[in-house]
Amino acid sequence: MATMTLVGALNSGLRRALDDDPTVVLLGEDIGRLGGVFRVTDGLQRDFGADRVMDAPLAEAGMMGVAVGLAYRGFRPVVEIQFDGFVYPALDQLVTQVARIHYRTAGAVRMPITVRIPYGGGIGAVEHHSESPEAYFAHTPGLRVVTCANPQDAHTMIRQAIACDDPVVFLEPKRRYWVKGEVDEDLALDPPLDRARVVVEGADVTLAAYGPLVVTARDAALAALDEGLSVEVVDLRSLAPLDLDTLEASVRKTGRLVVTHEAQRTGGLGAEIAASITDRCFDVLRAAPVRVTGFDTPYPASKVEDHFLPDLDRLLDAVDRVMGRAHSLTGWRAS
Amino acid sequence: MLRSDVSPGRALPARAPSADDLVQLVTPDGVRHPDPVHDVVIADVDDEQLTDLYEDMVVVRRFDTEAVALQRQGQIGLWPPLLGQEAAQVGSARALRADDFVFTSYRENGVAYCRGAQPTDLVRVWRGTALTGWDPRSIGMATPQVMVGAQTLHATGYALGCAKDGVDSVAVAYFGDGATSKGDVHEAMVFAASLAAPVIFFCQNNQWAISEPVGLQAQRPIADRAPGMGIPSIRVDGNDVLAVLAATRIALDRARRGDGPTFIEAVTYRIGPHTTSDDPKRYVDAADEAQWAAKDPIARLERLLHARGALSDERASRITAKADAFATAMRDGCYGLTDPGPLGLFDDVFVERTPSLERQRSEHAAYLAMFEGGEE
Repeated sequence: MATMTLVGALNSGLRRALDDDPTVVLLGEDIGRLGGVFRVTDGLQRDFGADRVMDAPLAEAGMMGVAVGLAYRGFRPVVEIQFDGFVYPALDQLVTQVARIHYRTAGAVRMPITVRIPYGGGIGAVEHHSESPEAYFAHTPGLRVVTCANPQDAHTMIRQAIACDDPVVFLEPKRRYWVKGEVDEDLALDPPLDRARVVVEGADVTLAAYGPLVVTARDAALAALDEGLSVEVVDLRSLAPLDLDTLEASVRKTGRLVVTHEAQRTGGLGAEIAASITDRCFDVLRAAPVRVTGFDTPYPASKVEDHFLPDLDRLLDAVDRVMGRAHSLTGWRAS
Repeated sequence: MLRSDVSPGRALPARAPSADDLVQLVTPDGVRHPDPVHDVVIADVDDEQLTDLYEDMVVVRRFDTEAVALQRQGQIGLWPPLLGQEAAQVGSARALRADDFVFTSYRENGVAYCRGAQPTDLVRVWRGTALTGWDPRSIGMATPQVMVGAQTLHATGYALGCAKDGVDSVAVAYFGDGATSKGDVHEAMVFAASLAAPVIFFCQNNQWAISEPVGLQAQRPIADRAPGMGIPSIRVDGNDVLAVLAATRIALDRARRGDGPTFIEAVTYRIGPHTTSDDPKRYVDAADEAQWAAKDPIARLERLLHARGALSDERASRITAKADAFATAMRDGCYGLTDPGPLGLFDDVFVERTPSLERQRSEHAAYLAMFEGGEE
């Protein structure tokens, strides 16, 4: 057990993966001598060599397509996309190749590729550095999509993702990169990669969150206690497939669902979760599920990003709404 | 000749390379002319081997024609004929070893034949009963790529893997002139050059991307692009199977020695339509077509073999019989392909079926069960 930042936990997870399996290779821009712009791969090229920790030309489609060829050859490539907004040139290879070669070949060729992407806002960045593109990936059959919210999960899940025989899009909440926590490198007690986890138990409202907003959701649950409300926080962890069983069990207990993400609302994960839970739990729901999300705008300039990003107050406001309480800020009341 | 004007101090040639730069060992009239640079790499190719190459091309043309007929008869949905490109495909594929690996586009059925694809495998995808004709690793050939140019990156990655494994296997990317406009192809060439990948970029310039002439993709010979990226290139007469074999051997030798990628532009011509859904009469000049028909790859080798007395009537009829048998096996195999069951479509999305897919599958099974006869 050691205290690590989320970046450090990823670094140690990658190190363990490289140690455990000689077919693991890392590919990305600036991941070698620099150690990545966020230093997630710090020291790995020095210790494992440029043959296994490879600086790539500045071509995201190229990296993704080269990873496909490496996987064909029996390697487990881990591709780093430098920032969320830079993944779009690689979407073609990701959607038309990585996601479906196993299906195309009737299971003959596996694509154990991990695509690491720092994602999300809140760091005062320029355009294309604060996006939450998870819905594109979750909509694509054949891709697993996961995200971590704390150092322990970062360490565990990156190792599980690399060991997984399916392609995994691994989303790293970049504004939580420097959060510290205890990390146990023995994975025996950790849940499988595709399971959600109840991180705060509660009885009145289920608050589903993932990635950077899990911390915010926990804070909201604490604040709600002051008002006598018991909020259960579910860290979804896996966005594709969704662990709807865990979520359903929670909503069957609380009868109310708030789901939150930074990504834009329309066609987002929140819509899928609200629809699926309504489908499964219609008989016990006491209020319509509420989404607290980014708005249907491009990610805005950094001086106004705090308005775009769901925060503690917006989560509490949504909790009030599903409770049918007076609106916390405007006095709006659910009819 | 291998063009590698890659050093920074060296100016580009003032004029575009002419037909003189095209490697050709057998003329359209079937005359073998000496070429001190390339003859050495094919010195072992005797009349018997030449006849084998001829046989391959005849078989390929025969089943390609049969497949067009199968489409016309409604037995398969679509077919991309390779008529006219037999030498480019056979000459290159026959240069390879079993442990090499090819990543092709959808038109490379001649390559698939040389790699060992079975007759039925060639029509499986086009009949719509599967998304792949074969297990890629069983014949060292990936499922032919539908997304134009995407496979060049896969070949590059595979080649890098070969180098990491310390073996001298080579990956070959087959693509067309249209693909050379794609970003993927450029990115593949950058990766391959910078990382010295043992890969061959084999471009069949068949002059057409559906209806668009090659001039819309490239204002200079396509082979000229590679040296700018640090990749030596060869421009070869793609209708001359011997020249294609020689060029591919040179590229393979470079790759196996660790000298990195080579770009081959095989200049050929798509005699038929883009696919059976295409109508080239709307855009092809008949005179052009006639000119290229005179350069036919099979007729030219036949003339050479006859001139040498290397093709007996008996051998010729055996070749015809083999071609017919392959085509018949393909047709029979095509008829025998059965539709996959409806619940099979849920298989292989992931290595193990996820709970949500299991749920969708169960729901659909229950839905189907409402009808008389169950899932059928």
